Formats: sequence, C-alpha cells, structure tokens
Amino acid sequence: MDFFITQLINGLKMGSIYALVAIGYSMVYGILRLVNFAHGDLMMIATYGAWMLISFKLPIGVSLGGAIVITVIFAVLMERLAYRPLRKGGSETTLMASLAVSTLLQNIATLIFSPQNQAFKLPDFFSKTYSIKGVQLSMMNIITFAVTIVLLVVISLVIKKTRAGMAMRACSDNMAAAQLMGINVNNIIVFAFSIGGVLAATAGIMYSGSYTSFSPDMGFMIGIKAFVAAVIGGIGSFGGAALGGLVLGLLEMFFAGYLPSSVTSYRTACVFLILIVVLLLKPNGLFGKSDERRS
Amino acid sequence: MKGTLKNNSIFKFIIVVLLPVLAVIICHNAMPSYYSMMISLFLINVILTASLNLTNGFTGIFNIGQAGFMAIGAYISSLLTMEPNIKAARISGLPQWIANIHIPFPAAIIIAGVIAMLIAMIIGFPVLRARGDYLSVITLGLVIIIKAVIDNNPQITNGSKGLGGIKGYATLPVIFIVTILVLFILYRIMKSSFGRNMIAIRDDEPAAVSLGINVTRYRLLSFMISAFFGAIGGGLWAHLYKSIAPSFFYFNESFNIVEMSVLGGMATLSGAIPGALIVTFLPQLLANLESGFTIFGATVPPLYGLSNIIMSLIFILVIIFKRTGITGNSDYIVNSMFDKNTYIGLFKKQTWVDMGNIVKSMFSHKKI
Repeated sequence: MDFFITQLINGLKMGSIYALVAIGYSMVYGILRLVNFAHGDLMMIATYGAWMLISFKLPIGVSLGGAIVITVIFAVLMERLAYRPLRKGGSETTLMASLAVSTLLQNIATLIFSPQNQAFKLPDFFSKTYSIKGVQLSMMNIITFAVTIVLLVVISLVIKKTRAGMAMRACSDNMAAAQLMGINVNNIIVFAFSIGGVLAATAGIMYSGSYTSFSPDMGFMIGIKAFVAAVIGGIGSFGGAALGGLVLGLLEMFFAGYLPSSVTSYRTACVFLILIVVLLLKPNGLFGKSDERRS
Repeated sequence: MKGTLKNNSIFKFIIVVLLPVLAVIICHNAMPSYYSMMISLFLINVILTASLNLTNGFTGIFNIGQAGFMAIGAYISSLLTMEPNIKAARISGLPQWIANIHIPFPAAIIIAGVIAMLIAMIIGFPVLRARGDYLSVITLGLVIIIKAVIDNNPQITNGSKGLGGIKGYATLPVIFIVTILVLFILYRIMKSSFGRNMIAIRDDEPAAVSLGINVTRYRLLSFMISAFFGAIGGGLWAHLYKSIAPSFFYFNESFNIVEMSVLGGMATLSGAIPGALIVTFLPQLLANLESGFTIFGATVPPLYGLSNIIMSLIFILVIIFKRTGITGNSDYIVNSMFDKNTYIGLFKKQTWVDMGNIVKSMFSHKKI
C-alpha cells in the first residue's frame, strides 16, 4: 500500500509536469497547427537560467522569477524569429523549423555550459521531507502540486474570462474569422507562446528541483512526452491537455513500479505505444472534439 | 530552348553520368580510403534523403524518424549476413536458430527492408488515419522504441555496446550501384500514376479526395516505401562501417537526414544530392573547429556543439528564405540521369552541332 502511494505521488508529480508542458503545446497547436518541438527545451532554458541566477547569489525568489522571465523572452523570440516568417508556408515547414530551433537551443547550451549533466541545488528548504505513515513526501512534491493547481486555475480563468483568452479561443476555432473580427492574431500568438513559456519554465524548474540534475537535452524528451499527453487528452483543449498529462504521468509511474524490470526499461517506449493505442481507439483523444478544420 | 547548354544531351551526360562514374572509379582505386569512405557515406545519405523526400516532400506527411528504419535495416541485415561462428563469439546468449542463419548480402538487405516496411505499416495505419502531423511525433517515438529494443535485448543485438565483426560487403562500387538503382526506382514511382496521385494529395488534399484518391492509403504506401529504402540505407551503412551501435541511429542521425532533405529541396528527388553533399561534408570541416584551434597566437578553447549550431542555423535560414531548398522545384539532375532522351541524344548529329555552337559562343563571349 505504501508503495502504491509512493508511486501515486511520483506519478502525480510527473503528471503535473507533463500537464504544464502539454498545455503550452496544446495552445500553440490549437492556434497554429504547429508541433513545436522546441517547446520542451524551454524547460532546459529555465533550468539553466535559474542555475545561473542562483550562482550569482541572488535571492531564490528573484532567481526563479528571473528564470521564468528569461524563458518567456526565449519563447517569444523563437516565435518572432523562426516561426512568424514561416506562417504562410504551412505547418510542415514550421515543424521542421521547430526541430532546428530545438537542436539550436540544445547546442547553444552545450557550447556555453557543458554537455555533461550538472547538479541543480535549490536551498535546503525545498529538500525537507515529511514522513507520513511510512510514505515519504518531500517539500518539492508539495510545492509542485500546489504550484500546478494554482497555475491550472489561473490559466483556465485567463482563457475563459479575459478578452485575450476569448480571442485566443476564437483564433484556435477559426483564425481567418477571428482576424476579420478585428483580433490582432500576432499578439494572440505571442500571448500563447508567453503563457506556454511561463508554464514550461515552471515545470522545468520543478523537474530539475526534484531530480537535482540537468543537461542540455533534458527538455526534449519530456517535451515530446508532453505532446503525447496533449494528443491523448485531445489536442487543442485546455482540460484535455491537463488531464492527458496527469494520466500519462500516472501510467508511466505505475508501469515503472509494478511491472517486472525486464519490461520497465521500455518505459519511454511505452508512452508511444499508449499514443498509438489511443489514436486507434479515439483518434481525437480522450477528451477532444473532432477537428472541423481538416477539409 | 533546344540549343541551351542545360538542355544539351552531351552536357547532361557528362554532368550526371560521366563525372559521377569517374569520381567513383578514381576514389575507389586511387584515393586514400578516407575519401572512398566519405563518398560512400554521401551516397548512402542520398538514398536516405531521397526516400525521405517521398514522404516529406511528396505526400506531405512528416517522417522525422528515418534513423529508426536505418537501425532496423542495419541490425537485421547484419545479423543475417554475419558468419555463424563470428556471431556466436560476439554475442553471448544468441539463440541457435538466429546464429545459424547466413544468407547473401543482397537478400539480407531486402529482407531487412521488407521488415521495416511492415513496421511502418503497423505504426503508420493508426496514426495516418488520425492526423498527418502526428506521424512526426510517432516516428520520433519509433526512434526511441527501436533504441530501447536494441539496448534491452543484448542476447540478440549485443545491447548498447554495439555489434562488430560485420563483413564489409558494401564497397563503394556496390553502394554506387544501389544508389543509382534506388534513385531509378523512386524516379519511376514518381513518374507513375501513383506518384502523380501523391503529388496531387500534397498540392491540394480536398481536390484529391474529390477525385477519388484514397489519401490515407497513398500516405501509408509512401511511408512504407520510404521505410523500405531507409532500411536499405541502414543495411549499407552497417556493411560499410562494419560495426554498429544503437546510439548511431538516434536523434542526431534522424535530424541530419531531415536537414539534408530540407536543404536540398524536399519536393524533388534531385534535392537529395546537394542536400546530402552539404550535410555529409560541411560538418566534417566544422568538426575541426570544435576541437579548439589557434588563430594568430590566441588559443580558442574546444567549442562543443558548434558544428550543430551552424548546421541548424543554416537549416532555419534556408527554410525562411528559400523554402524549396537548393534545387527549388527543378528535378534536373535525376530527370537527366534517367530520361532516355539523354542517351538517345548522344547519337544524334544535331546534339553535337548544338554543342559545337555553344562552345563557340562561349569563347566568342570571352573575347568581347
């Protein structure tokens, strides 16, 4: 039972991280039909940013806030420099570009820092652990859950209640019509990338905080899995991405915890098998609606 | 039109037939083995890129996991061609029935190709039914899955340590002939109604559907064909380097193949040639920078990742400023290579007269 709860906590933690990254993916995909492979690398940028600012002996709050700001700047620059010039060229070319942007970011980090894994250390406050009836619960886990819930609530309010959020939903329904209604599509896309940046940065810092090590390619794989989560949940839908992330995180952790070790080395591989199965049974994802834009 | 240099059969013959054949003969016989190795690698890259163009450029679905099919081709063909006693010595715990298999190289790479094709069918069917752009994610997943399978089955693949002792069947002439053959088959496919339907899907999917073209079926078939040739490329690769490891066929390789395809021009088969040329040779030059160098007495420290940075910058710039790649939309190289008029033209008197005029006019221009 204790083992079950430990895996549950791990799964929820991983799931929260997937969910945060998946929402960013899903928003950008919803508007631009772009699988932004560089989205996961924003996590890496946030981690390196936080690590650098912490090593400058800045207060922890300032460092983490600064890291988020840096990440948002990168996310917006990415859109402005690489994706906007391509917008008329169709989603395929942007997809290729995002692959190149991802390689570029990873290699810039390799060049400036080092290709090796580095240790990521947050102040001791974060590594406190509580033991409740034999189940270990670290401060980092509690923070991860709390931050994820707060962010999910805030973002869903922004999307549902504010004008910018409404404009964003309009763009993802029908970009041309939204433009005719006087919505500045460029601003909305920048807005979506910024929100995605904030979420990915938070996820990145929390991920590195709990696994205490980071490397230039850390974000790529998580990013891809988060995209899978978004597809499983139903891409383009906010709740779908969040739920898909949680489902994927839980599935992955229970898979790793309960199956014999000869199978668990296929943990990452199994994520894609889940995707194939979901696409076979429910092509629009578990919570998605059908895509009217297709023909 | 008839009299221009570009359309002259003799010119075409020299550029696309004579020069490559001479280059291969010279490299094979007279140059250090490093060059023959690089040319072989370039030709394999041409196969991989041309096969990728079939999906990425022609049917508008995005396979970015060609390295996965390469891995399938490399491992299966190597296991089939290695001699039983070498296999048993290299891989501990190899099941007897696999160790006993020993078949000729051409059959081995074709079997490997067919298996890759079946795998492409299995993963392609559910994904292509849903939405084309999910395929890119699934193919990336395929790269991961295949690496996991190879890493975790050391009793067959020797695991992450890699597999050595493969016979070097893929010499430069062999690779050259296979490359030409692959290009020819792809060229015939593109000229057939199958190829024209694929282009119709790419250019206007709703229109193609209304003409009764089964989009999913064509996409799936193109994906399968592409996987087949990807595995052939991987098989040649294994028998060129004589040792393989799962890490060779990972994201980096996959990304390189996409890069070749985009730089050269995805929409043409010819694009594979300049694309592969740049991506095969430029990083070799840039690699010298990476290990650190001295310039005017100042020592530059090793710059890890520099060549990848430059390559991906070139990639982004090409996509933004010349989306159709180097060849644009002209399939000149492959068309002139396989068009029978190129060869018929050699025996026509008019061609030689034209060529004479062109040469004359070139020299007369110089005098002015």
